[in-house]
Amino acid sequence: MCGSELIARDTAAWRVLADVLDPEVPALSLVDLGIVRAVLPHDDHLEVVLTPTYSGCPATEVISQSVVDALDAAGLGPTRITMQRAPAWTTDWISDDGRRKLREYGIAPPGHLAEGGAVPIRITGRRADKVACPRCASTHTERLSAFGATACKALYRCVACREPFEHFKPI
Amino acid sequence: MTASITLTNTHEVQYLLRLGDLSLILGQRLGQWCGHAPVLEEDIALANMALDQIGQARALLTRAGQLEAAAGGAAHDEDQLAFLRDERDYLNPTLVELPRGDFAFTVLRNLMVATLQKALWARLVSSSDSELAAIAGKALKESRYHQQHAADWVVRLGDGTDESHQRCVAALAELWRYVPELFAADAVDNAAAASGLGPRWADLQAEWLAEMTEVLGEAGLGLPATGAFCSTGRLGRHTEHMGFLLAEMQSLQRSFPGGAW
Repeated sequence: MCGSELIARDTAAWRVLADVLDPEVPALSLVDLGIVRAVLPHDDHLEVVLTPTYSGCPATEVISQSVVDALDAAGLGPTRITMQRAPAWTTDWISDDGRRKLREYGIAPPGHLAEGGAVPIRITGRRADKVACPRCASTHTERLSAFGATACKALYRCVACREPFEHFKPI
Repeated sequence: MTASITLTNTHEVQYLLRLGDLSLILGQRLGQWCGHAPVLEEDIALANMALDQIGQARALLTRAGQLEAAAGGAAHDEDQLAFLRDERDYLNPTLVELPRGDFAFTVLRNLMVATLQKALWARLVSSSDSELAAIAGKALKESRYHQQHAADWVVRLGDGTDESHQRCVAALAELWRYVPELFAADAVDNAAAASGLGPRWADLQAEWLAEMTEVLGEAGLGLPATGAFCSTGRLGRHTEHMGFLLAEMQSLQRSFPGGAW
């Protein structure tokens, strides 16, 4: 196989993965979420490097399988998945397009992390973070629970429009 | 019934099993709240944290199995290590095997463990073992959220009604008996510190106590006195609660060997 075909396979694979949705947050594709770290064309297979979001994310196996299935369906397989833990996934890897899609889906996107990647979490006391309501954009919101339907989200309520919503936590 | 596995017990393997079992057994205890927490939001929060703990345990036990193989032993996978060990081969500190107790007991224990894990992960990100360092890099972010969640509740209950305060005082008195074990140094810890694998847990005590004191102070809870009793879970000698926990946790793999989803 010549070089240009290998490059084309790589590009084609990225396009396919841009349409594979996260099973827990189906507003986002795996590429929007930033968990596809690399697509490496080899002579006899395609290697896709994924990074898990949370240690206990129950969607990890489903995601790997959906990548294999999508690339097979597009005729780009066989695919081998490599799970890469370091560097650890951060919400800063969610694309701007992904943040817009989250907001439109009704989930407040995560704020950007401070320099060095530390999450500004206080052990006790009220937090100063202002999470804007994805529906009316008011920052007059309150947190109902630190954990939502999945570990990556928290539950909030907008005091202005009275709607509950989820917030994708910065990590 | 499937026979138990025989471990290759090097200091490195034991260090990994202590970390992995700390996560695994707390995850099992937190999972027991599923469907029983006082409010739906907390039911979901505790289940999510149980998932984080079990996810961390999976990675740590996988690594422990690889280190067994590297030492010339059989290469056990995460499921074999989680489900096919005898009680004496589990090396979690006794603290996490105690029954889940009431909600005050649960959030206070979660605070104690999250504060310990946060300190451990913060050191382990620079472990000489790159796989362990990678696991720690991810887990550190999770333990910050666990600690914040637990601290919020400890302050709310400790500084709440007479009833919630009393329950916190009682839970803390019981839990505090198991603190000395967390920071008791031994050959396994010393070997890890010497090789750069990870810190001696004893070296984290001052930092742990400072953060605990801060939260308990805000909650209006006094620090209990520390007694001479030192539990021995990290050495494999457990309380009577451990056998029941393992019987429940292992029954499926023991009855249906190799069973998978």
